[in-house]
Amino acid sequence: MDVIYFAWVRERIGLPREVVETRAVTVADLVDELRAREERYAVAFEDVSALRVALDQELATFDAPLAGVREVAFFPPMTGG
Amino acid sequence: MQVRVQEAAFDAGAELNAFTTRVDGAGAVVSFSGIVRDREGGLRHMQVEHYPGMTEKALAAIAGEAVARWHLADALVIHRYGDLAVGAPIMMVATAARHRGDAFAAAEFLMDYLKSRAPFWKKEITSHGAEWVAARDADEAALGRWTS
Repeated sequence: MDVIYFAWVRERIGLPREVVETRAVTVADLVDELRAREERYAVAFEDVSALRVALDQELATFDAPLAGVREVAFFPPMTGG
Repeated sequence: MQVRVQEAAFDAGAELNAFTTRVDGAGAVVSFSGIVRDREGGLRHMQVEHYPGMTEKALAAIAGEAVARWHLADALVIHRYGDLAVGAPIMMVATAARHRGDAFAAAEFLMDYLKSRAPFWKKEITSHGAEWVAARDADEAALGRWTS
């Protein structure tokens, strides 16, 4: 699946997007896999309460299932307006 | 209903005039413009990042909800991204309804939702570095008044 990062999440990980092969069942499982990869991911995902997630461009929660999802995006709380 | 996400500057006055002409007969038009503000001094410019695809969908959903809930004749949302100078327009909303109460309420609803539910992120580039603007608890709390 495509995993996309925005704002300081993108800066901490150092990538705007990547393709991730995963069998993670939920968003939280995917976060655990990413965290275990490298320090920069661990830093970006240190506090998920400071993060938001979108699945196929719809806001979702970290316990949401990933079955059928093609695009996951992680970002900080939005600051539009 | 019109939703535009763009890098280019816009003329809020001209947009409002065009909107008002288009909704001829509505009776009440309310608009709000957001301007890039130097909050603490030393702001060089504002960078606005967004999530292409999701941004347009989220704004259209929010505007659609406003139109349905307040029976609006029309609604306009424009939001910019990219590098924005201090004093530049960053976004605007306009609502048209039969009566002013609905137009005001719908404009406030649009603002509350697009602040916390549309995927934009602001970064301030100042004379002493760059910093992401933190979301305010008050903005999240403001959504509560529309759900009760």
